[in-house]
Amino acid sequence: MINLETPKKFKPLATQANQVATEVFRPISRKYDAAEHAYPKELDMLASLMDGLDEGAGMGGAGAAGVRRDSNGNDGEGNRNGSNMATVLGIIELCWGDVGLLLSMPRQGLGNSAIASVATEEQLEHYGGKWAAMAITEPEAGSDSAAIRTTAELDGDEYVLNGEKIFVTSGDRADLIVVWASLDRSKGRAAIKSFIVERDNPGLKLDRLEHKLGIRASDTANFTLQDCRVPKEALLGSPEIDTKAGFGGAMQTFDNTRPLVAAMAVGVTRAALEETRKRLGEASVAIDYDRPALSQHAAAARYLEMEADYEAAHLLTLQAAWMADNAKPNSLQASMAKAKAGRTCVDVTLGCVELCGSVGYGENELLEKWARDAKILDIFEGTQQIQLLIVARQLLGKSSSELR
Amino acid sequence: MTATQERGLNERSQGFALRWLTRLAGTDLLDRIRIRKGLERAVFTTTKNGFRSATVAGRTFKAARKLAGPARQPTGKPRSLFDVTPDDEQQMLQEGVRNFAEAKVRPAAGGADAECTTPAELLEQANELGVNMLGVPEELGGVMHEQAAVTSVLIGEALAYGDMGIAYAALAPGAVATAIAHWGTAEQEAAYLPSFTDENTPAAALAILEPRALFDPLALETKARRDGDDWVLDGAKSLVTRPGQCELFVLAAEAEGLGPALFVVESGLAGLSTEAEPAMGLRPAATGRLLLEGVRVPAGSLMAEGRREAYVECVQRARVAWCSLAVGTAQAVLDYVIPYVNERTAFGEPVSNRQGVAFAVSDIGIESDGMRLATYRAASRADQGQDFARETSLARRLCAQKGMRIGSDGVQLLGGHGFVKEHPVERWYRDLRAAGVMEGALLV
Repeated sequence: MINLETPKKFKPLATQANQVATEVFRPISRKYDAAEHAYPKELDMLASLMDGLDEGAGMGGAGAAGVRRDSNGNDGEGNRNGSNMATVLGIIELCWGDVGLLLSMPRQGLGNSAIASVATEEQLEHYGGKWAAMAITEPEAGSDSAAIRTTAELDGDEYVLNGEKIFVTSGDRADLIVVWASLDRSKGRAAIKSFIVERDNPGLKLDRLEHKLGIRASDTANFTLQDCRVPKEALLGSPEIDTKAGFGGAMQTFDNTRPLVAAMAVGVTRAALEETRKRLGEASVAIDYDRPALSQHAAAARYLEMEADYEAAHLLTLQAAWMADNAKPNSLQASMAKAKAGRTCVDVTLGCVELCGSVGYGENELLEKWARDAKILDIFEGTQQIQLLIVARQLLGKSSSELR
Repeated sequence: MTATQERGLNERSQGFALRWLTRLAGTDLLDRIRIRKGLERAVFTTTKNGFRSATVAGRTFKAARKLAGPARQPTGKPRSLFDVTPDDEQQMLQEGVRNFAEAKVRPAAGGADAECTTPAELLEQANELGVNMLGVPEELGGVMHEQAAVTSVLIGEALAYGDMGIAYAALAPGAVATAIAHWGTAEQEAAYLPSFTDENTPAAALAILEPRALFDPLALETKARRDGDDWVLDGAKSLVTRPGQCELFVLAAEAEGLGPALFVVESGLAGLSTEAEPAMGLRPAATGRLLLEGVRVPAGSLMAEGRREAYVECVQRARVAWCSLAVGTAQAVLDYVIPYVNERTAFGEPVSNRQGVAFAVSDIGIESDGMRLATYRAASRADQGQDFARETSLARRLCAQKGMRIGSDGVQLLGGHGFVKEHPVERWYRDLRAAGVMEGALLV
């Protein structure tokens, strides 16, 4: 039975997340945008609070729930709204508050998502309750993550990691770093595995923290791994190099985190639209949903256009999460959601700044900050162009060698 | 929900499925679809300068029985879970209409476009599929036990996958039935609705759009003036499907002392005339203008007592219906360009191996899915009795803007071949412009 409204049972969760966004994130939003690299200590209290909540309650960051299909999936009959939907709804509300702070939430990193998704019971026990960041990108390998040069060599009971990692979100603050490295560079993407490295490992050297366009509350670290030794048990998933299974294993996390990043973009977009509507109202421009858009004030028409894109992004995101909850393959829809939400977030937040003029551009309000934060959402977890590639390959039935 | 209530509901939906199947089986539609090949075409000539003609003198609409009060389809229960899947009955209907659209409508579309008419047989067949009675309450012979905006959207989408102009012509009588069922008085329902549930459904049109730039359905120039117990109507309505054949109109006019309102007007009245108004697209719908010069109708022609909310809801439901057609046509574009760009080679390989081509296909996929979800959301809110003004407006923006972009890219991806009539993409380009232009005419 078609219904695209927020499920009733998750309304309390969304309300609660919105309260956190309103009472915790918004008041310190500008403070940590200005004080880049300062640790938002206000989040510690919040994180402890969230640890007390049920897993999968949707109140956490990108890594809150993990994405174990078997436990979250369809129970066999009927329609299901589960933890993927809950997580997406929670993220939308929290990012309506501040996306940089969401990314800085202790114990909610993308590394946590990877661990929650593929770790063994032993690994879960050993690493559970810690904050895990994700280190994939290298100076010479961005979207092309199969080209990473960091290596992992087995030496007795330990792997020895060597290489350079950049753009590690929460890399300085996390307890663990999930590092992607190749067991054998001659075997291509199938040899790429992820390893859990403790932050205080002497072989892991922090090079610097980036200064960024947006999401300044979130630290972005660059590391060098020099003869960084980790126990054999630190490898996530299977140590076998299965060239047939290819890259699937390592990429699995991405299939599941794309709707979450789309949700971040949806949240930021809504924040900008709401503020802009208020400002337009002050300028005596009302939005009328019944009169034709083009018969209204040009600003109202522009607003409606932006809100329409927001609506599409929002619904595509919910659809992708809903499919995951119902164990339907959603790689296509996840990429569609990420592509639409990412570009919409950039277009809309920049459009809102333009509509609001100096109020939008100035630092007294948050509109200009949202427009800066927005850009990363169309880049990380797969750029706009990568998403379009994934969508095109699926629609056209093409391999990555045919459509490059 | 108690077990009894749940059983009751299941029985009711099964009841609907059975009723619909029985109805379909009772006709010889399926046989005819398979057997009859030649389609007789009543040619509607579009002349260079539309000559005016009077509307036809239609049947006499007479109430067979008196209703105590207007019968209305109830709204559905609020649904608690997010769900993108149509229910079983909807899937069955959707599949039936989709098969019809692929087997019958699409092959006829090129000819219907060229001749500016839809073969009568196609319209009959669509009618026999039950597409015109979705809005009719059960008490008056309808098959849907509650409001069916989502079902109407699914059917509009499926039919427009075949052709948007034929879909317009085929669904137009249903819009009049739905309008009367939603906003008609008991007398209007009793007089007009029975004819929409039998095989001999009258040609009918819901006319709101007027011929001028920046038309706003809330600021009508067609006027209804009180004169004694009568209303006297003056004005012009634009892009009405088959106006010369219509036996019944529901039309919008600024009613003196009330504001914009709907009137039921039978054809053949003095002062009512039509002229051809062929357009860029929707040509199988044989569009024309309806001209009103001092058309006198009785007081009982006014619908919904002239309540503004009723009229606004009508405008909204029409926009959702046009969105559904845009979604179906956008899907047709996507499904057509994919094999084309995969098979067409340039510089020694399929053109789809190039990102410039492939990304255009991605965007068609992304935006058409967004249009679809936004349209479903608006319709689903309507069925649940929730306000759907915002969702309708946003779906319309998407379908007008992204839909047109899809139409344009559909031609672009075929290059020069897209520009010639050998391929349907040039027709879809012309049709998709309609989604943002049309007001009224169809309803969910």
